[in-house]
Amino acid sequence: MEITREEIDHLAMLSNFSLTDNEAESLQSDLENIIGYISELKELDTEGVEPTYQVFEMENVWRDDEIQPQEADREALLALAPAAEDHQIKVPKVL
Amino acid sequence: MQIATKEHTAVEMVKAALEKAKQYEDYHVFVSLNEEIALKKAAEIDAKIKKGENPGRLAGVPYACKDNFLSKEGNTTASSKILEPFKSPITATAIKKLEDEGAIMIGRTNMDSFAHGSSTENSYFGPTKNAHDKTRVAGGSSGGSAVAVALGIVPFATGTDTGGSIRQPASFNGVYGIKPTYGTISRYGVVAMASSTDCIGFFADSAEDLDLLMDICAGQDPYDMTTLPDYYTEEAPHSFNKVGVIKDFDLSKVDPEIKAAFDHKLETLKSMGMEVVELDMPALKYALAVYYIIVPAEISSNLSRHDGIRYGYRNEEAKSLDEVYGKSRNDGFMPENKRRIMIGNFVLSSGFYDAYYNKAQKARTVIIKQYEDAFKKCDFILTPVTPNPAFKLGEHTSDPVSMYLEDIMSVPLNLAGIPGVAIPAGETKDSISLGVQLVGPRRSDKALLKVAADIAKQEEK
Repeated sequence: MEITREEIDHLAMLSNFSLTDNEAESLQSDLENIIGYISELKELDTEGVEPTYQVFEMENVWRDDEIQPQEADREALLALAPAAEDHQIKVPKVL
Repeated sequence: MQIATKEHTAVEMVKAALEKAKQYEDYHVFVSLNEEIALKKAAEIDAKIKKGENPGRLAGVPYACKDNFLSKEGNTTASSKILEPFKSPITATAIKKLEDEGAIMIGRTNMDSFAHGSSTENSYFGPTKNAHDKTRVAGGSSGGSAVAVALGIVPFATGTDTGGSIRQPASFNGVYGIKPTYGTISRYGVVAMASSTDCIGFFADSAEDLDLLMDICAGQDPYDMTTLPDYYTEEAPHSFNKVGVIKDFDLSKVDPEIKAAFDHKLETLKSMGMEVVELDMPALKYALAVYYIIVPAEISSNLSRHDGIRYGYRNEEAKSLDEVYGKSRNDGFMPENKRRIMIGNFVLSSGFYDAYYNKAQKARTVIIKQYEDAFKKCDFILTPVTPNPAFKLGEHTSDPVSMYLEDIMSVPLNLAGIPGVAIPAGETKDSISLGVQLVGPRRSDKALLKVAADIAKQEEK
C-alpha cells in the first residue's frame, strides 16, 4: 500500500513528532511495508463477528470514592517536572 | 531457590551476584546497578535472621528487574531517552510484593525501548548479547532479564510480556519464563505499552521457582482495576493429560532444529502418558497482523503521556509549547517507538478505523473462539515459541516486518489473554538455546507449571 509523504506528515502531526526529512523518508518506506503486511487481515472473514476490545473477565470494578494516602505527594510529583515554579509546572509561553 | 540463612548470608549472596554482574559487563545485561542500596537491604535481612524474625520466602535472594518497573532504586528509564532522567516516586506493586518477601533488586535490566521489539536492539543504551553466543541477540523485549538468569547472575528476574517479550528471550537463552493469564499480576507501577495485552511475569531456572514467584505476586490490587482475585494460590493444579498440537503449526517456515526439539518434547510428553490431540486452528496465521494493529493503536495512546512537560526529558531549545512536545518526543523515542506510534495513529484515524482497528478486534474474537474450541479437545497446547533460533545481531534491524515475523507464534496468546510457559528444549548443533511453550486456558497457570516441572523430572530419568 502506498503511503504518501503528505500522509507521513499528517501522522507525524497526530503523533507530535518533529521529524527530519531523512526520518520521514525512512518511515515512509517502513510504514508502507508494515501496512502492506497488516492488510493481509482483509482475507479473514469476520462477517457477523462481534469485536473483542478487552480480554479481562470482569466488568465495572468499583471502589469507594475515598482519598487514600499515596506514596508520592505533590512535592515529589512536581520534582519530576523538567521545570517547576510556585507549585506549578512551567512551560514556554502559550499565548 | 537458595534463600539466606545464618551460614549463607544475604550480604554474601548479593555481593556474589553484583560481582558476577560486573564480570559479565560485556553482555550489557544491566542499564544500572543498585550496589549500595542492595547491600544495605541485604544487611537488614541478615539482621532479621540473626534476631530470629521471619525474613520472608525470598530472603536475601538477589534478582534483576526489567527497566520498566517503577521503584525508588535508581532511574526507571524503560531503556529510553525520554525517561532517562526519571526517578520514580512510587514502587510497582509486583516489586513491593517481592521485596516484602525479602528479595533484593541488584539492578535494572536492558530492554527494547518501551518494550517495543524482539531483540533488545531497540534499547537507547545499545543491545544485550545472547548468553550463549555473543554474536547473537538476547531476544526481547526483556532480553537483559533473560540473560541475567541464563548467565547465573541471579536466580530470577522480572519481565513483561505483551506479545512474547518473556517467552521468546527465555527460549533464546535456555531458561524458564512465564506469561500469566491476563490480569493475574498487578501492573500498577509498570510502564504501559498495550493495556489489553500487557502482562507481568518472570524468568527463572525452574518451573518450581516460577510457581513460588507467581504465588507471591498474583492477586487483586486496588491500584490496578484489571487484576483478578487471587485464583493462583488457592487452586490445586488440575492434572493435565491431553496435549494438543496444531496441525498446520508451520505458520511460517519453522526451522528444522526447532521442529526436532518440538518433536522430542512431544515424545517426552507421550512417555509421561499424555494423549496427543491434533488441532485445526487456521485463524492463528492472522494473529500477527491483528497484533500489529491492536498493539500499535494502544501504544499510540499510552505513549502520548510522554510529552516533555510533567516528567522525563525535555528538549531545552524548544521555544513554544508545540516545539516542546514535538522536539522532546522526536529526540526521546527510538525509531521503532515512532513506527509503532505512527502505525497506531494510522489504524485509528478516520477512514481506516473500520478496515484495520475494528477488523482486528473482530479477528481477535475469531482467534479466542479457536482457542476455546481447542481447549474442549485438549488440556493444553504445545508449540514452538519462535519459528527460528536466536538470530544474529543486526540481522533484522533494517527490515521491521522481518523482525515482526519472529513473533508469529508468541503473539496469539496475548490477544486471547491466556497463559504460556516457555521451557528449555535443548540446543542447535551450534549450541544456540531452543525452547517450546505450553499454552493453556485462562487460569491454568499453575497446571502448566506443574506440567513443566514434570517434564523436567521425566527428562532427568
